[in-house]
Amino acid sequence: MDSLLRVEQVTKVFGRRSERALKMLAQGFGKDEILRETGATVGVHSASFTVNRGEIFVIMGLSGSGKSTLIRCINRLIEPSAGRVFLGDQDVTAADERALREIRRRRMSMVFQRFALFPHLNVAENVAYGLRVRGVPPSERRRRAMEILERVGLARWADAPIQRLSGGMQQRVGLGRAIVTDPEILLMDEPFSALDPLIRRDMQDELLRLQSDLKKTIVFITHDLDEALKLGDRVAVMKDGVIHQIGAPEEILQEPATDYVAEFVRGVSPQHVLTARHIMQTPGALVKVKDGPRVALREMEAEGLSSAFVVDEAGRLVGLVLADDAVRAISEGRRNLREIAVKDSPRVAPDTLMDDLLPIAAEARYPIAVVDDDGRLLGIIARVHVLSGLVAHRREPADGRKPGEGA
Amino acid sequence: MVNAWFRIPLGPWIDAATGVLVVNLRGVFRSISDWIGVVLGAVEGVLRGAPFWLVLLVVSLLAWKVAGRGPGLFAGAGLLFIAGIGLWDRAMITLALVLTATLVSMILGIPLGILAARSRTLDAVLRPVLDVMQTMPSFVYLIPALMLFGIGRVPGVIATVVFAMPPAIRLTNLGIRQVPRDVVEAARAFGATPSQLLFGVQLPLALPTIMAGVNQTILLSLSMVVIAAMIGAGGLGGVVLTAIQRVQIGTGFEGGIAIVILAIVLDRITQALARNRRGRNDS
Ligand SMILES: Nc1ncnc2c1ncn2[C@@H]1O[C@H](COP(=O)(O)OP(=O)(O)OP(=O)(O)O)[C@@H](O)[C@H]1O
Ligand SMILES: [Mg+2]
Repeated sequence: MDSLLRVEQVTKVFGRRSERALKMLAQGFGKDEILRETGATVGVHSASFTVNRGEIFVIMGLSGSGKSTLIRCINRLIEPSAGRVFLGDQDVTAADERALREIRRRRMSMVFQRFALFPHLNVAENVAYGLRVRGVPPSERRRRAMEILERVGLARWADAPIQRLSGGMQQRVGLGRAIVTDPEILLMDEPFSALDPLIRRDMQDELLRLQSDLKKTIVFITHDLDEALKLGDRVAVMKDGVIHQIGAPEEILQEPATDYVAEFVRGVSPQHVLTARHIMQTPGALVKVKDGPRVALREMEAEGLSSAFVVDEAGRLVGLVLADDAVRAISEGRRNLREIAVKDSPRVAPDTLMDDLLPIAAEARYPIAVVDDDGRLLGIIARVHVLSGLVAHRREPADGRKPGEGA
Repeated sequence: MVNAWFRIPLGPWIDAATGVLVVNLRGVFRSISDWIGVVLGAVEGVLRGAPFWLVLLVVSLLAWKVAGRGPGLFAGAGLLFIAGIGLWDRAMITLALVLTATLVSMILGIPLGILAARSRTLDAVLRPVLDVMQTMPSFVYLIPALMLFGIGRVPGVIATVVFAMPPAIRLTNLGIRQVPRDVVEAARAFGATPSQLLFGVQLPLALPTIMAGVNQTILLSLSMVVIAAMIGAGGLGGVVLTAIQRVQIGTGFEGGIAIVILAIVLDRITQALARNRRGRNDS
């Protein structure tokens, strides 16, 4: 896969005697011993990972595990003590001040836990801040800010002072401010932790929706396992400055690499937290309405399938054509796929839990389509995947569940 | 007696140091004093040269506009009263001295405050110096001002600046340090240069605090008026001083009340400025 961000052995030691602390780290001393001996705090120790283009990479860990330090080493708000960070083939850690500013202005942006909006600027000016430091003229700034505000549903509030906005709205502004510069990477440090649970869920959905449009690469930090599993294409679990495991949500749940991770995910059953988004695949046979039955048939043949999904020009799901129906239509000289498509095949939203998929999969005669709010086809789920996921999980003791998990 | 055998000759040392300064830095002091003289001359020229009703009108409207109707009316009535007791010209001399001292204090104090907010070392050095500057009885400043700059209005301004500048430095420093850390971090994360950070984020957010410092500077300047008159600064301070020397209670109160009126008007205007700045600022 196409990797965009590479973090190699990044270490950060806080405090004056960090040289000595680095040596001790290399000799294998632990965080506590080093603190006792040198007074220096190890924030991050030798963290390495790669983030692929278009991926949401979640870093999860409890308070003090070094998540904020690590994410700030990526854009060098915190200067790493050792290690390298590459963005594409540019070495961020070697960039001089000017080059670093250029990276921050154009290629990476950040969303903060406590929003960190500018209290003296209104909503639109806050969104446009990144353009302002870049020297974009005011009218252009305003235009781009309005576009973004439209996108995050705050156009009405453009001229309001940010103090008038609720927490959720403020973080939408924070999100808008981060995407207005059209960066390649979004760094998000616990962006939703300060929000009420309900608002938090809205914002997670909003982020996924934005992501399905914008296809940004996102490094997302959280201390919340549910959030990590919901959003992450891959998840890194951190403790005491060390990354314990990196993997897809299913892997983290089913094959914890260390005792710590096992402890962390204990009692979480995949079908309570994994959603349609995690297990969906790109459809094998996919045709546009205007393609007609012959193309549909050829697609099915090529993929070895007996049905194909049909979408309109905007990518919205029209239905499912079955091979039999396509053959009959061709012989009867009918060309319109819209007429022959099966329209009542099961459809689910991307955040549908595995739990809720099970009964659907059990009943369904066709693959399940995953569609967004606008009816666009995001992916499909073969029935067998849902059912086998359930079986795989049967190994775990059923009484290990935490009450209310994944509710 | 302790003093018989233990005596630190601090006084003589300072005498000697000042002597050295006077001899060697005569040129520097001359040009400082010339510059301040120019500014003071200009401010005084405007205030004393303009007809009294015009100054009265402008000040009252300003007070009205920034602080509201009450302060506006008060400024009008107060200034009229000063004119009525025959102290208009003296009041303008004092006002010019206060405004000039405030201006100089801001020009020196705000940049110093900004630097102190950025450097822990400078902050640590400056703190005790400012404490001393503010707690030292203000009469003491008259002596070096007198030696280095002689007698007259300019030395009066200089002694006033030394006494009144600390709040400008202190509150600028405080205002910038009070800007939330994460907001500063956000500006850096979006690629702001140090000067974009300073002018676009830190100063606008520190402005109410800086204005509170300016307000204090003005009030401290006014409190120096009588003392500065002792080295020939004249104005309302001169009125009070003469009254003290001749034990003229009526004249003394006239001068005193005029000073109080100026203080209230200036205070209301600058306080209102500090409050209004809390709103929005654009660039
Ligand atoms: N500026 C600093 N100086 C000294 N130690 C620091 C500094 N910043 C962080 N640390 C220490 O580094 C460690 C990691 O902190 P960090 O803020 O990265 O954790 P975190 O995972 O983001 O925690 P949280 O969930 O509370 O935000 C902690 O032990 C913290 O005390
Ligand atoms: Mg943190």
